[in-house]
Amino acid sequence: MKKTGKTEGNTGVAVKTRSGKAKAPAGKAAGPEQMYNLKLYVAGQTPKSLTAIQNLKKICEEHLKGQYHIEVIDILKDPRLAEGDQILAIPTLVRKLPQPIKKILGDLSDEERVLIGLDIQPRS
Amino acid sequence: MAKTIKKKQEHVTLQLLKSPTGIQGFDEISRGGVPTGRTALVCGGAGSGKTLFAMEFLVKGATEFNENGVFVAFEETPEELIQNTSSLGFHLDRLVAKKKLALSHIRIERSEIAITGEFDLEGLFVRLGYFIASVDAKRVVLDTLEALFASLPNEAILRAELRRLFRWLKERGVTAVVTAERGKEGTLTRHGLEEYVSDCVILLDHRVSEQVSTRRIRIAKYRGSLHGTNEYPFLIEKTGISILPITSVELKYKVSRERIPTGIGRLDAMLGGKGIYAGSSVLVSGTAGTGKTSIAASFADATCRLGRKCLYLAFEESESQIIRNMHSIGLNLEPWIKKGLLRFHAVRPSLFGLEMHLVRIHDLVNDFTPDTVIVDPISGLSTIGDDREVNSMLNRLIDFFKSQGITTMLTNLAQQNTIETTESAISSLIDTWILFRTVEVNGERNRILFILKSRGMEHSNQVREFLITDKGIQLIDVYIGEGQVFTGSLRKVQEAKDRADTLIRSQEIERKRRYFERRRRTIEAQMSSLHEELESLEDEFRIVATQEETREKILEMDRTRLSETRKANLEQEPVHKGNGKRQGGRPQ
Repeated sequence: MKKTGKTEGNTGVAVKTRSGKAKAPAGKAAGPEQMYNLKLYVAGQTPKSLTAIQNLKKICEEHLKGQYHIEVIDILKDPRLAEGDQILAIPTLVRKLPQPIKKILGDLSDEERVLIGLDIQPRS
Repeated sequence: MAKTIKKKQEHVTLQLLKSPTGIQGFDEISRGGVPTGRTALVCGGAGSGKTLFAMEFLVKGATEFNENGVFVAFEETPEELIQNTSSLGFHLDRLVAKKKLALSHIRIERSEIAITGEFDLEGLFVRLGYFIASVDAKRVVLDTLEALFASLPNEAILRAELRRLFRWLKERGVTAVVTAERGKEGTLTRHGLEEYVSDCVILLDHRVSEQVSTRRIRIAKYRGSLHGTNEYPFLIEKTGISILPITSVELKYKVSRERIPTGIGRLDAMLGGKGIYAGSSVLVSGTAGTGKTSIAASFADATCRLGRKCLYLAFEESESQIIRNMHSIGLNLEPWIKKGLLRFHAVRPSLFGLEMHLVRIHDLVNDFTPDTVIVDPISGLSTIGDDREVNSMLNRLIDFFKSQGITTMLTNLAQQNTIETTESAISSLIDTWILFRTVEVNGERNRILFILKSRGMEHSNQVREFLITDKGIQLIDVYIGEGQVFTGSLRKVQEAKDRADTLIRSQEIERKRRYFERRRRTIEAQMSSLHEELESLEDEFRIVATQEETREKILEMDRTRLSETRKANLEQEPVHKGNGKRQGGRPQ
């Protein structure tokens, strides 16, 4: 999977680009505004997972440009990674930062609800 | 979908395989355990023992049947599980360390969660699959799966996923136990999980009736298998769940020909002279104060005298009270206790429910391995349950003793008028039935005893009076006469009268004997004097006869001498005449 924004190399997660649709250029996150640290849990390349990844990127690019960091975690590669965030449902998006932790289940197809879930003020 | 599982057709086995749970009694009522490779649903209210049932299934699987397990807890953390079950002797931490058991806690905070669009529970599947693989598990527990309903608001997806989960478990070939909260009236579970788990449904129940709590278990459904359909009481004991089937189906006790003494010589004599059969059951019933405890204590004493072990279950009196009271009839039980041959278990019947008593006794017997058991009295138990429950408990109890080859003596406090009917329920399990009765006549009350039945041996049909003396128990023949039975002082009076009569009769005979003797001696004396007289007569006659003969001889000699002088030899003939004359002669 691919990361946008700042990369974090210490997660131990094999992240590979799966999506060919990364249209957003890597943005800079520096700024006074809040940095969003997001983890998206998927299990293999299921349609739902792929949709979720696409939706997430789109939303982030639109509303959090330069302010986000996404880590995609494939629990099939290491099921233990699902423990920490108590992942049951796939896909699950976890907002690690800012606190408090938030979880959003589903393929993130409803942009409005994703924004509410992540406490993001829509930029339009 | 992310499923990597091949969609195989469900495995159809010709015969339903079962996995033993190792839970005492459950494998018996389910005829082998839960269905292998399938999912069993355990439902019950809060505190009914669901988690324990599931945990014991896993622990026993790992320790006794070499099947590792995974426990997925939705409510408790692994630490809590380890703590909560350590009192039951389940060392979960050790099993985890040995890779025989995997504990996992799945927690979902509803407040953190929002939902947008499609999702599935692949995360759960992947984690479960990982745990199963990590210990090569054959058994899986999900406790309580219904927590998901509270955490994940999309019920439609959840239901679809649950269906998939059960199928998935089946495809994995693991034997699963899923717990669920009991639903309201009419439904087994709150969220209808029974829809998905159709192979085996077990209901647990915890009721309190008259301040006594009883747990019950019932197999509501077991597809493709025979199973006990009753509600079976069970207990959570210090070793886990314990279910005792109400009635054992088969009667296949090993019987003994050995006879053991009851401790009362005359009673043994009444029982064909040898006492009761080892391993049989004796019921001693009677009204209050008839001496049931005394007979029980005598039996305990007799058992210990043989160097065997006796367990005394006292429901009315304390150990020290029984020991003190038995001193008064000359029984000293203390040395037996010191020697470890006699053990008392004195509890108030109301201390716990019937089932608890049953299991306590079960535990005690397994621990102490007695040769004889005394239950004194069984009537004490009727205060904590209705007749049917008590009867079922007693049946199981006696059944259990018999199966262990333990000789049992039960005492029962009976009402005077219903003396032979109250015990009818357990009569079929009783081999020897000794009945006490009191007889009240002339302002006193006396005890009598008789043997109502005694299977497989000759036994006396006689009523005996039962005396409790300071030297122990004595059985005395009652006085039967004038169409009634005399006991106590009446018997004594009658006996005294009898003794007097006998004395008079014997004196009379003696008198007659002496009279006869005197007569005999008189007659003998007379006979002897007559005899002497006869003898003297004979003597006299002999003397006379001799004198006469001598005189004849002399006469003859004189005549011969005269003839010789006359030279007249021809006169021989007169000598002959003289002889003939002598013959005819008479003395004097």
